[in-house]
Amino acid sequence: MIELRDVAYSYGGGELFSGLSLSLAPGSFHFLTGPSGAGKTTLLKLCYGDLVPTSGAVALWGEDTTGMARDGLALNRRRIGVVHQDCQFLDHLPLTDNVALPLTVAGRHQEAEAYLPDLLAWVGLTRHAKRRPPELSGGERQRAALARAVIMSPEVIIADEPTGNVDWDMSQRLLALLVELNRMGKAVLIATHDMNLIRSAKAQVAVRTLRLKDRQLIAAGAEL
Amino acid sequence: MKRAAWQALSFLAGDVQADRTVPPTGFTARLTLFTAAAMALLTVFALALSLATGRLAARWGEELAQTSTLRISAPAEQLAAQTAAALDVLRTTPGIARARALTEEEEQALLTPWFGPDLPLDALPIPQLIEIEEEGDGYDATGLRARLQAEVPGAVLDDHTRWREPLVAAAGRLRALGALAILLIGASTAAMITLAAQSALSANAQVIRVLRLVGARDAYITRAFVRRFTLRALTGAAAGTLAGGVLLALLPGAARGTDSFLTGIGLAGADWLWLLPIPPLAAAVAFAATRMAARRMLERQS
Repeated sequence: MIELRDVAYSYGGGELFSGLSLSLAPGSFHFLTGPSGAGKTTLLKLCYGDLVPTSGAVALWGEDTTGMARDGLALNRRRIGVVHQDCQFLDHLPLTDNVALPLTVAGRHQEAEAYLPDLLAWVGLTRHAKRRPPELSGGERQRAALARAVIMSPEVIIADEPTGNVDWDMSQRLLALLVELNRMGKAVLIATHDMNLIRSAKAQVAVRTLRLKDRQLIAAGAEL
Repeated sequence: MKRAAWQALSFLAGDVQADRTVPPTGFTARLTLFTAAAMALLTVFALALSLATGRLAARWGEELAQTSTLRISAPAEQLAAQTAAALDVLRTTPGIARARALTEEEEQALLTPWFGPDLPLDALPIPQLIEIEEEGDGYDATGLRARLQAEVPGAVLDDHTRWREPLVAAAGRLRALGALAILLIGASTAAMITLAAQSALSANAQVIRVLRLVGARDAYITRAFVRRFTLRALTGAAAGTLAGGVLLALLPGAARGTDSFLTGIGLAGADWLWLLPIPPLAAAVAFAATRMAARRMLERQS
């Protein structure tokens, strides 16, 4: 579904990483770890076509993102649910509209009523449905971002520090949702510093952990 | 045609959910409304001036084309005889419906604007004027001049050509200037709306980014902005056109079509229909300007 082949990315004159290869197959579950500034967020952005590599190739469902038409990229993004580190909401809209936004832009807003109540209940935001994002706490925003990422039932879910601002109980609930989606055949890629989250996931599902360090992507996990 | 009309209607009806994705933009909304209203008002006046110029020029030209003047300059004792001879010639000339010598009072009235009401006409060597009204295709001016030269040596025929031609040319130029003014107004409207749209697009860069991240296509993002600006331009232009129409209707003598240029400015009869296309044309200009600005912005941000 998503494949990075020998990818390098340079930023501000310096090379952030090079020679990276990664394949997200249906049903795979990856964690991406590494020190701050190693390029985890950049790697995720390459995976959903928000950035194009300096060299190498990123293919979304077999199509190279370099030179891909914007509309083609948009259609591919509908197959990828993304939880951004900074959540990326439309602050003038209530939570329900923000969560339903992927359906709205796809012209399927009428389907939102069927999914929203359960989804908001699952992430514990039912009573905040009419609030706007700036009125929510960091944790609430992250839960809302996860709800938005999965509302289209995407084939791939990419999350950047999805549990960074939530407590242990909520992080376990969010993980349970991601594990459930993974068992349904969705590919999951999560960038995190939270080792406990990785351990919890390993107890539930087959997980591959990758570490981005010294400009290289290496398999990790033995120590976890 | 039907399909295009249906597409235009569904575009104007819009999608409530899609519209909500772009936050309200107070400043650019007011700027677009004001610009469209002001430009529509100016268009109404430019149109009215252009139409009035054309109407008056056509009327003057037609009146001048149907009449001629014969001027008889002769010593006072021969003036009456030459006038009678000239009238005889004119009455027997094909294409002339009527020929009439102006009375002393009428000549006095013609000279009053220049010399005042107390002009002693008897004391001045004023030529006798004969007003000629044509019929059908008019008369043969060359033949008439030849006959007059033989029978009434002091007669000079003025068929108004030297008045009519510059008048028609001036009217044509004025009409062209009116059209140019309307084109410039359209271009200014496009420029102002482009600036307002660019400002709105820049202010909503984050909104555009979020929409793209969740899979919005360019057409979806563009439509959200374009529809908003098109509707604002349509509303503003409709208000401006209405205001311009009301002001024109209130102008004195506008509908009566008087000969004075100033009181003739206005619209009469079917001319009012010219105002109807102004709001949709303003909306079309806004549509094109905003779409171009949005596409450029999306291209830059990609």
